[in-house]
Amino acid sequence: MLRTGRFVTFMALAGLMYLYIPIFIMMVLSFNGSRLVSVWGGFSFKWYGELFSNDQLLNAAWLSIRVAGFSATLAVILGTLAGYVLTRFGPFRGRVLMAGMVAAPLVMPEVITGLSLLLLFVAMEDFIGWPQGRSITTIVISHATFCMAYVAIVVQSRLAQMDGVLEEAAQDLGARPWRAFIDVTLPMLAPALISGWLLAFTLSFDDLVISSFVSGPGSSTLPMVIFSKVRLGVSPDVNALATILIGFVGTCVFIYSWRAGRRMRMCEDA
Amino acid sequence: MEHRSAGAGPGGSAAEPFVRIEVITKRFGATVAVNRIDLDIQRSELFCLLGGSGSGKSTLLRMLAGFEQPSEGRILIDGQDMTGVPAYERPVNMMFQSYALFPHMSVSDNVAYGLRRGGVARAEIRKRVADMLDIVKMGDYAQRKPHQLSGGQRQRVALARALVKQPKLLLLDEPLGALDKKLREETQFELMKIQSQLGTTFIVVTHDQDEAMTLASRMGVMQDGRLVQVGGPRDLYEFPVNRFVARFIGAVNLFEAVLIEDEPGHARLRCAETGGVFHVSHGVSGTLGQTMHLALRPEKINLIRDKPDGEENVAPGVIDEIAYLGNLSVYQVRLDTGRLIHVTLPNLDRHEGEAFEAGNRVFCSWGPASAVVLPA
Amino acid sequence: MSAQQRLNASPSPARRRKSWRLGRNSVIALPYGWLLLFFILPFAFVLKISLAEADMAIPPYTALVEWLDETTLTIQLTFSKYQLLLEDGLYLSAYLNSLKIAAISTIFCLLIGFPIALFIVSRPAHARFFWLAMVMLPFWTSMLLRVYAWIGILQSNGLLNTFLMNAGIINQPLVLLHTDLAVYLGIVYSYLPFMVLPLYAALEKLDPALLEASADLGARPAVSFFTVTLPLAVPGIIAGCLLVFVPAVGEFVIPALLGAPDTLMIGRVLWDEFFANRDWPMASAVAIVMLIVLVAPVMLVRARETATRDEA
Repeated sequence: MLRTGRFVTFMALAGLMYLYIPIFIMMVLSFNGSRLVSVWGGFSFKWYGELFSNDQLLNAAWLSIRVAGFSATLAVILGTLAGYVLTRFGPFRGRVLMAGMVAAPLVMPEVITGLSLLLLFVAMEDFIGWPQGRSITTIVISHATFCMAYVAIVVQSRLAQMDGVLEEAAQDLGARPWRAFIDVTLPMLAPALISGWLLAFTLSFDDLVISSFVSGPGSSTLPMVIFSKVRLGVSPDVNALATILIGFVGTCVFIYSWRAGRRMRMCEDA
Repeated sequence: MEHRSAGAGPGGSAAEPFVRIEVITKRFGATVAVNRIDLDIQRSELFCLLGGSGSGKSTLLRMLAGFEQPSEGRILIDGQDMTGVPAYERPVNMMFQSYALFPHMSVSDNVAYGLRRGGVARAEIRKRVADMLDIVKMGDYAQRKPHQLSGGQRQRVALARALVKQPKLLLLDEPLGALDKKLREETQFELMKIQSQLGTTFIVVTHDQDEAMTLASRMGVMQDGRLVQVGGPRDLYEFPVNRFVARFIGAVNLFEAVLIEDEPGHARLRCAETGGVFHVSHGVSGTLGQTMHLALRPEKINLIRDKPDGEENVAPGVIDEIAYLGNLSVYQVRLDTGRLIHVTLPNLDRHEGEAFEAGNRVFCSWGPASAVVLPA
Repeated sequence: MSAQQRLNASPSPARRRKSWRLGRNSVIALPYGWLLLFFILPFAFVLKISLAEADMAIPPYTALVEWLDETTLTIQLTFSKYQLLLEDGLYLSAYLNSLKIAAISTIFCLLIGFPIALFIVSRPAHARFFWLAMVMLPFWTSMLLRVYAWIGILQSNGLLNTFLMNAGIINQPLVLLHTDLAVYLGIVYSYLPFMVLPLYAALEKLDPALLEASADLGARPAVSFFTVTLPLAVPGIIAGCLLVFVPAVGEFVIPALLGAPDTLMIGRVLWDEFFANRDWPMASAVAIVMLIVLVAPVMLVRARETATRDEA
């Protein structure tokens, strides 16, 4: 365990406050009866009521959940294959290009990804008549493409820790390669696949820029609706939405970290 | 190497080797990991491959298991050519150095895994797993997960998992490497007992010469991808073919000497490092005046206070340091020529009384059958 | 059935090898094909359209290759968009401004992130999950919403101005929202977790015995920090800076919500060319230049890094 001085502790806590104060303020404001941020109009749930009667927001939220679910699942399948191929298949022709393609979306500005995918879809429609216009399909394809890179990285680092000896052991005991993959690799990868899926879901659910390029009329995702609302200024029902989202994610993250911490402590004691 | 006729049928007669490694070479890019190894292993033998890291012993083992394909040559197991046969179809199982137990499966699921892949009936799987766990004394731990076991218990589960399919050949990669010293000694004998009980052919890879000496009925020493010497433990210790083998197995004093007399019954060599003459009781096929190497094990040298009769096989010196090891003591003696040599003597007497002390003037002496002349 | 018979019953080595190869290749082909189609191919179209002219059509650009009549094929390439990029100072200053804002934000992320990473590493192992979760939680929630939170704080009748006026520090509201300052605050705020995580990963590997050894040899804590901790954290620093700097250069949401109308950042310029001006060729040309000056160098650096790591 590294030891640090008081200065580091002070700076770290100040940094964490910087991260949390705006979130905290937003949560408090969601219960503010007044529309003005600077006036406390009493504790009220009225923005939550307004939020749940706003069909536009609710529809967009439902669309975003579906898009994120499909994209994350597709991204996990493709990203797992990509990560597995890169760590376990040894050299093959085009391996370097593949490694590059997997790493690139991490540093690719979203505006470029969005624009390039839109131009591809337009050209494809021109040549083969598919996809017809922009829809949920084009959003899912685009999201899966940039999310699979994140999944591949998570899978790769997990596989690198695992070293291939367990798969070899399974093959040595008579399992064909795909059988060894199902019996040994997948169960070992499960935690990485779950966190990869959650990561992909979050990235897709949160994406504004790429969706704006590749979505068509009538398929506005939640971030797109929020963006058009908040461009015009503070909107209290967005505060309520943010509070619900953060509360949900926060609960999940803390349950997870509490359990992981307890497991660690048990390992330390053992 | 003698030439053998190929294409004998499976099963094989007593003269037919069970595992035949035919002049195999393995290259990784420009490096040659295994260089033209030719080796036969008999049925039910416990054969040890001994070598340092990078000697190619693990690569050879992985080629037997089917994880690597030889660049040249071929492997036959029980008369069957293994070329192109993947690991999952070979009648060979392996015990991995890290044990490679599946962490998400219980002990009994780990052991049953291979049988399930082989399409064995459920009832039979249960019976064979239970029997095998009893053999390795792990019957009480069948439902535990690997992380709940100690190192020695994991080792036994790994052994059971590899043996339960009744492989024709079991490969063991540093089987005792992860155990502490005391446990390792106990386990060595247990491993030998199980091997003779089941009659399976074992090939063990190790870098530990004591382990190899204890386990093996026959062993091979590897250096830089080549098999340098094959033989029983005694052959390798007493009759090493070169300086590498002499140094690798046990402690040794090595000298350079010039051949001055070579008869069928004996030979004499003059050694500048001891300042005297070695008289060995066997002939050496060499030319007079040729420089040769002599290996003399520390326990084959005696220390005496008074000058012995005769001028040969003796060297005067002064005791430099003494390391007391309990059962024996190691003496570092500086010969009058300046050369340091090691001598070990058993501690026969419990009292210090007659014992040598540092600074004592002594004569090192040895018999004519003690030193080995090495061609290289 | 003995192993012997099993061996004889199974297909010949050659056929087995062939089916194995087929299986292996199809496993490679799926993600490979997907990435080629949806990641590499699109850039070809970006390049193609950057060489066209804007047109009042659907899609709004001219075709490069056209049949004039039954027999004549014309190819029309124009570099006018690239010429405009160079000549119009707006684009150049947008590029430079993006680089400046991203660089300064990256430095502040590093300065704020390093103590946080050090602090987390100094916690007992079971507590680290909690503190890591504290840093990661904002990352898992919507970045858009977190940027939005700053609007309520910074706007002229927002919380910060109200607080400062009530405290009597200022008499009239400061202009905070829609300034460069707000953009810096927003970028550092949003990208801080991306800096902390690689720093933490690098510092976690640091053996505390090294710092004890350095103290034992007479180094004060500050000296130990600069001679041991910092050099060993360099890989984490590089990774963190790349993860912050590169996306920050192309950032759109933060300058759009928090920046002034004249806060020029290249991501925003591309967006406006595309959505406001419907000039797809110009947006494409901006993208191509951004790829060449920003993404390609980063990819090269990373490729070299991986290459040296593989050799080691």
